[in-house]
Amino acid sequence: MSFPLLTAMAVVPAVGALVTAAIPAAQRTTAKWVALLFSLVTLVLAAVTLVRFDPDSEDAYQLTESHAWIADFGVRYELGVDGIAVVLVALTALLIPFVILAGWNDADPPASSVHDKHDKHVKHEAADEVVTQGRWRPTQGFFALILMVEAMVILSFEATDVFLFYVFFEAMLIPMYFLIGGFGDRAGQLSEEETATQRSYAAVKFLLYNLAGGLIMLAAVVGLYAVTADDLGTGTFSLQQIAEARASGQLDISTNTERLLFLGFFFAFAVKAPLWPLHTWLPNAMGESTTPVAVLITAVVDKVGTFAMLRFCLQLFPEASKWATPVILVLAVISIIYGALLAVGQRDIKRLVAYASISHFGFIILGIFAMTSQGQNGATLYMVNHGISTAALMLVAGFLISRRGSRLIADYGGVQKVAPVLAGTFLIGGLATLSLPGLAPFISEFLVLVGTFSRYPAIGIIATVGIVLAALYVLVLYQRTMTGPVKAGIEGMPDLKARELTVVVPLIALLVFLGVYPKPVTDMIDPAVGRTLSVVDKQDPKPDVPAQDVEAAK
Amino acid sequence: MSAVADPVTVHSLWTMAAESPDKFKAPDIEYGQLSPTLIVLGAAIIGVLIEALLPRKARYGAQLFTSVIGVAAAFAAVIGLAVGDYGTSKARVAAEGAIAVDGPALFLQGTILLVSLVAVFTFAERRLDPVAHGNHVDSFAAQAAAVPGGEGEKEAIKAGFTTTEVFPLLLFAVGGMLVFTSANDLLTLFIALEVFSLPLYVLCALARRQRLMSQEAAVKYFLLGAFSSAFLLFGIALLYGYAGSVTYGRIADVVDGEVAEITPALAQTMGNDALLLIGGAMVLMGLLFKVGAVPFHMWTPDVYQGAPTPVTGFMAAATKVAAFGALLRLLYVVLPGLRWDWRPVMYGVAIVTMLGGAIVAVTQTDVKRLLAYSSIAHGGFILAGVIATNKQGVSAVLFYLGAYSFVTLGAFSVVTLVRDAGGEATHLSKWAGLGRRSPLVGAVFAIFLLAFAGIPLTSGFAGKFAVFKAAAEGGAGALVVVGVVSSAVAAFFYIRVIVLMFFSEPRADGPTVAVPSILTSSAIAIGVAVTLVLGIAPQYFLELAGDAGVFVR
Repeated sequence: MSFPLLTAMAVVPAVGALVTAAIPAAQRTTAKWVALLFSLVTLVLAAVTLVRFDPDSEDAYQLTESHAWIADFGVRYELGVDGIAVVLVALTALLIPFVILAGWNDADPPASSVHDKHDKHVKHEAADEVVTQGRWRPTQGFFALILMVEAMVILSFEATDVFLFYVFFEAMLIPMYFLIGGFGDRAGQLSEEETATQRSYAAVKFLLYNLAGGLIMLAAVVGLYAVTADDLGTGTFSLQQIAEARASGQLDISTNTERLLFLGFFFAFAVKAPLWPLHTWLPNAMGESTTPVAVLITAVVDKVGTFAMLRFCLQLFPEASKWATPVILVLAVISIIYGALLAVGQRDIKRLVAYASISHFGFIILGIFAMTSQGQNGATLYMVNHGISTAALMLVAGFLISRRGSRLIADYGGVQKVAPVLAGTFLIGGLATLSLPGLAPFISEFLVLVGTFSRYPAIGIIATVGIVLAALYVLVLYQRTMTGPVKAGIEGMPDLKARELTVVVPLIALLVFLGVYPKPVTDMIDPAVGRTLSVVDKQDPKPDVPAQDVEAAK
Repeated sequence: MSAVADPVTVHSLWTMAAESPDKFKAPDIEYGQLSPTLIVLGAAIIGVLIEALLPRKARYGAQLFTSVIGVAAAFAAVIGLAVGDYGTSKARVAAEGAIAVDGPALFLQGTILLVSLVAVFTFAERRLDPVAHGNHVDSFAAQAAAVPGGEGEKEAIKAGFTTTEVFPLLLFAVGGMLVFTSANDLLTLFIALEVFSLPLYVLCALARRQRLMSQEAAVKYFLLGAFSSAFLLFGIALLYGYAGSVTYGRIADVVDGEVAEITPALAQTMGNDALLLIGGAMVLMGLLFKVGAVPFHMWTPDVYQGAPTPVTGFMAAATKVAAFGALLRLLYVVLPGLRWDWRPVMYGVAIVTMLGGAIVAVTQTDVKRLLAYSSIAHGGFILAGVIATNKQGVSAVLFYLGAYSFVTLGAFSVVTLVRDAGGEATHLSKWAGLGRRSPLVGAVFAIFLLAFAGIPLTSGFAGKFAVFKAAAEGGAGALVVVGVVSSAVAAFFYIRVIVLMFFSEPRADGPTVAVPSILTSSAIAIGVAVTLVLGIAPQYFLELAGDAGVFVR
């Protein structure tokens, strides 16, 4: 048996999480380095996977692993990647080290608050207090949770068993919840206590939305089992087995059942993605959490939602997907416009990026459900590019916020005079977000729009408005914060430090590279998208102009 | 009975020919197959003797030893029977048809015994309460007979009395539960019910602190319990009137209309469906009361709150297992022919139980009451599996009961650790910031709460999935949807406790976490281990429950 590469990619960060959590409280720096090391090892493994992956292979899934797990539920431990999954796994493995680096000092207990605690608890015995201080290890916890999320996200990208996917799809909520609720950015205008209240509200909202979605999906998962058990004799969750059974006509889901199951699955993914009107948890969660965690939410965890639409909704329920397409497209367009409009109106930098993300997720979902190869290629590419560009923009914004201690746009002005490198990188991140040609997101957005237009021209045209609005919210944000006279509190703001540059420069380099030469990624994605479309049984619409006419015109 | 039925042997209206005494056949008792129950009851009697004969100082050690050995030996006997195929191919009815020895019985008896073993540990814990007058004391009243707040109580406390009669009481309750899950006729069922209920009523009244509340709980439990026993007994009478027998198999035959020889007396009654329906409903009510299903749940929160926490944990875990065992057997062995009548009713009960438990739990401010309502909601989930009426349903319920009981016991054990000057600090506001002050205890309790909420990779998820899967296969899709909705509601309040523990600042006057002895520590550790193992690798136990899914008749 060959080396279980896919499992290893999840096991390494999981072990890393345990090791990090076990490091004694005093050795915070060691914990950080250990976490970084484990995330880098994962990255190396991801690189190996990319190399070992053969885009031209005939198999739907590669590097597969399959072991018995819970036979009574028809569940197997089945992993495998197609072109889409392998790219997203690589994205996850790539972003986590940057997230860790960017959050290097975010979870250190503030020196002052330690003293506060002592004052508050003078009644307690001193020895007791020392013990409690010794046990509470926020730094170790922070990095351990990040690694835990990484392991779970990677497994959910790799799972080809619906149940296995569901397990990690749900389980990742718990570490995410602690990351959001447990660590704030100390940049609010409110008192410590009010911030804590806000934060735990955001965390609970995040959890309840996603848990409700997940539980509805659970009903659909149970239903899927009942359906397969009915038709095949034994229930199964294996994607491949279900696909084969459908192709051979052994498994015949009635139209109504298929639609209900589809809705159950789609609801969970739409909450996760998030799609309007299920999006309201995202701005709270991103606004209240620390910047690295916000990046983790929007760039990594939410991708599981859009990815799962491609892999599970379309492949398990092709007919129902086609049935639901018109409604979903409309919701996606609403997401695009609504997210962009609200982004324009935001006064808080992080919430602005959150609404921009909602708009972008609208594009991704639009691309997926346009059911054209350009659309889906674009959507997958969009997931990658959005991950990188949002990470760049958000992390620089985080550096900015940590310098001034405020999230409000109005508190900034003239930063480019004081900290030009910071302002420059912020601009590039912003330009990537508004899909400037030459930077990676442009290609994906263009592909999505072209793919949508070729089948649904009207919706394609409306979605284009989103680009215009994107230019508005990004440029206005830049103008208000970076240009103009230097505001009070901005003078003497230090420029980016070496650690921060290490985070930003590679991301920007990647944005430029993929903007100019996206072929390595599209080559990976294309066969997988073709396969998905063949399952859904949709061909690209015929071009209006026959090919020979074009030749003749030359 | 046969004499009455046969008109030839009737001499007159008042006398009949008696069979001659020498024809009396001694009952044939299969002691080996009944050994788990016998061992536990034997240990309980030894416990009573210890109480009577040994000096006070020596009792604690002797009682603890007897209880642990007794329960462990009984568990070994269950394993022995299971290995000897008594759960599958050699399943049979023992003790003249009074007791069934089959898969479900052995599985549930094993579960009850393991739970009891852990419960014995929590009963024996003497490190948590502050040392009183030089004596380590436990959670139980110094002298149960003393009036709360009276002179006698003060003296008993001063003398440093500790009660050790809780151990034999516990063992008697366990013995009753073992019979309850395996009872194969209605009278045995009723006697077993009383045998395990009466010690529980007493145990509920024995709290060391807040004795008035504890006694109030006991009285409530006793009155309502007596009420439900009366229902059960009346139902039994009606069923006997209908079928002319109290044996499960015999009643089932009559219900199905498959009686070999119909005597005139039977012919008169078996057409009377009113007897059957009312009788069946009353017996069901008696069992649903013990299960704590809505609308028979009113006692649960008060009793759970008032009883000493180790007792609450034991009750919540073991009683539920025993009661669901009896309910399953009744519905699957006695009344399967009636399922078109009871299924809609149970459907309704399951729905209101799931929703009612989950929704009311949202407003609770006391940990023990919260767990009480959560146990009601979980009862609803288990009912969904009961309603599946297929083999998967039985094994799903068995698995769920095993998973759930250890989570519950673990959770209540954690509750015993959190204390302030007034004893256990059960009010939720006092739990604020607990996870920051004692991360380990907070994390352990969080694991239990996540298991209650059914988050994947915990036993709660595996159990919930098994039950919902069985319900869906049994055609109860609507129940799955309701179950999922109430899970979402339930998740809210479990999560709220986690929020409180981890994201709130600890209060200056907050409770402290007592450092337990090895007893409670191991109880909690077992709970965590079972929760994680059943969550990550449940296959072996699912198979075990699957093999045990067939009743003998």
